[in-house]
Amino acid sequence: MSNSKIIGYRRSNGSFGIRNYIAVMPSVICANEVAKRIADQVENTVVLPHNGGCGTYGEDIEKTFVTLSGLGANPNVAGVLIVGLGCESVNANKLKSEILEKSPGKMVESIIIQEEQGTSNTIKKGVTIASNMARSASMFEKTKGSIKDIILAIECGGSDPTSGLAANPTVGYAVEKIIANGGSAILSETREIIGAEHILAANAVSKEVGKQLIDMVQEIEIKCTNWVAGTDQRLMSAGNIKGGLTTIEEKSLGCINKVGNAKVVEVVRYAQKPSKKGLIVMDTTGHDIPSITGMVAGGAQIVGFTTGKGSTVGYALAPVLKITGNCKTYKNLEENIDINASTIISGEETIEEVGEKLFDDIIKVCNGKLTKAESFGFRDFAISTMAGAF
Amino acid sequence: MLKCTGIIAGKNDNVCTIVEETKKGSSVLCKYTNILKKEIEINAKNDIPIFHKIAIKDILTGENIIKYGESIGRAKKNIHKGEYVHIHNVDSKRVQGNI
Repeated sequence: MSNSKIIGYRRSNGSFGIRNYIAVMPSVICANEVAKRIADQVENTVVLPHNGGCGTYGEDIEKTFVTLSGLGANPNVAGVLIVGLGCESVNANKLKSEILEKSPGKMVESIIIQEEQGTSNTIKKGVTIASNMARSASMFEKTKGSIKDIILAIECGGSDPTSGLAANPTVGYAVEKIIANGGSAILSETREIIGAEHILAANAVSKEVGKQLIDMVQEIEIKCTNWVAGTDQRLMSAGNIKGGLTTIEEKSLGCINKVGNAKVVEVVRYAQKPSKKGLIVMDTTGHDIPSITGMVAGGAQIVGFTTGKGSTVGYALAPVLKITGNCKTYKNLEENIDINASTIISGEETIEEVGEKLFDDIIKVCNGKLTKAESFGFRDFAISTMAGAF
Repeated sequence: MLKCTGIIAGKNDNVCTIVEETKKGSSVLCKYTNILKKEIEINAKNDIPIFHKIAIKDILTGENIIKYGESIGRAKKNIHKGEYVHIHNVDSKRVQGNI
C-alpha cells in the first residue's frame, strides 16, 4: 500500500520504533528525583517516575519489574539509563539484564545512588551516560517498515454516549484496516468489557481464547462487585454518568466498538508481550494512564485514545492520538483533540470517512508527525499496582 | 414544536440516544444507525440532556433496557415511551453498588 509506508527505527530484536527516546528509568520511587534531574539536563530523554519498586509484596514487585523491563524493551526506546537507590526490591542491575534479554544490543546502563557517593555524583555520572546515549541514538539510521510492524494501543478516557456511537467505531474502522494489513491492536481495560465479553468471545479465533477472555472478565467482575458493595457506585466516573452513560454494560458495549469486527487472537496479562499478530486483549486497569503503560510495555508504539467528555493526556514513550465524537468537547478542547468524529453524529460524515482520516493520521504520526499531546510535551506516566504499600 | 434528533443504535433497541438538548413536550426524530431511512418520532415526556436516552417503547419493571441490540440493564420501575431513561429508573444487571 503506497499510502502506508512507514520510516522508523528497526531494533536488533526485529521490533520497529517510531520514536527514538532515551528513557531515564528509576527502579524505585526513591530514585525519582535523581532521575528527573538527569533527564532535565539531557536532550531527547524521557523520565519515568513512578511510585513502585519497593515496600509492597511479591505480585506487585513482579508486576513493576515486568512493566519496567517491557518499557525499556519497547522499540520507541533507543537507550535506557536505570537509576536505582540500592536497597530496593526491583533491583536496577537485574532490570538491566532483563531489558537486554528482551532487546539484545540496546544501550542499557544502570547507576546506583548508594554506590555513587550520593545524589550529586549520581546525577553527574547519569548526565554523562545519558548524553552519550542521546548522541548515539541521533545517528541511528531510519529504515523502511510497514503497518505490519505497528501495534496500536487502544484506550478510552472520559467516555460518554458519543464514544460508543462515533469515536469508538472510528477507531474500530482503523483497527480493522491495521489488522487487515498485517498489524496489531491491543484492547485493554478489563472492567470496561463487563457486559460485552460475550460478543468479543463469540468473535475470538478459538473457543479457548474466548474462554480465557470470559474468565479474565469474570475475575475482575468479582473484584469490582466487592469494591462497590455498600456504596452507590456504578463502576463509572461521575463524568461518565453525567454525560449519559447509565450502566457499566452500556459503557462496555460502546467500548468494544473500538475493535470493529476484528477477531481476538490472544489474551495477555498486564505488560505481557503478545506472541501473535492481530487483535490482542490485555488485562489492565480501567485507569487510563496505567492501562496505556501495560500496552506500551507489551510493545505498542502508538496510542489511539477516544474521549467523550474530553482528555488532554499524552504518554511518556508513545504518541497519543485523541478522537472525540462529542461536538461540544471538540469545540472546547480542539487544541487537545486530533480527530473530530462528531461529524458522524451530525450526519456530515460517515464512520468510514472519519476512520480513513484517523488511519491516515496514524500513518503520519508513525512517520514523525507530532500529536497534539506531543506538541505540548505531555509525558504522562504511571504503573498499575493492585496492593498499597505496607 | 421543537424538532430534536436521536440515534437508535440497534434495530431491537427500546431506547434512543438524543443528540440535542430536549425539552419536555418536544418531538424527537429518532434515526436508526443500521436501518437506512427508517425514522420514528417520539414525544419527550421529560427534559432530557444532550446524549442521554429516551424510551422509544413502553418498558415494564424488570425488563431489559436494550441499546446496541444488547441488554444494558433492567428497568427498576415502569418506563413509558417518551420518558427519560437513566440511573433513576435503570439498574445494572452486572456490577452496581447496593445502596
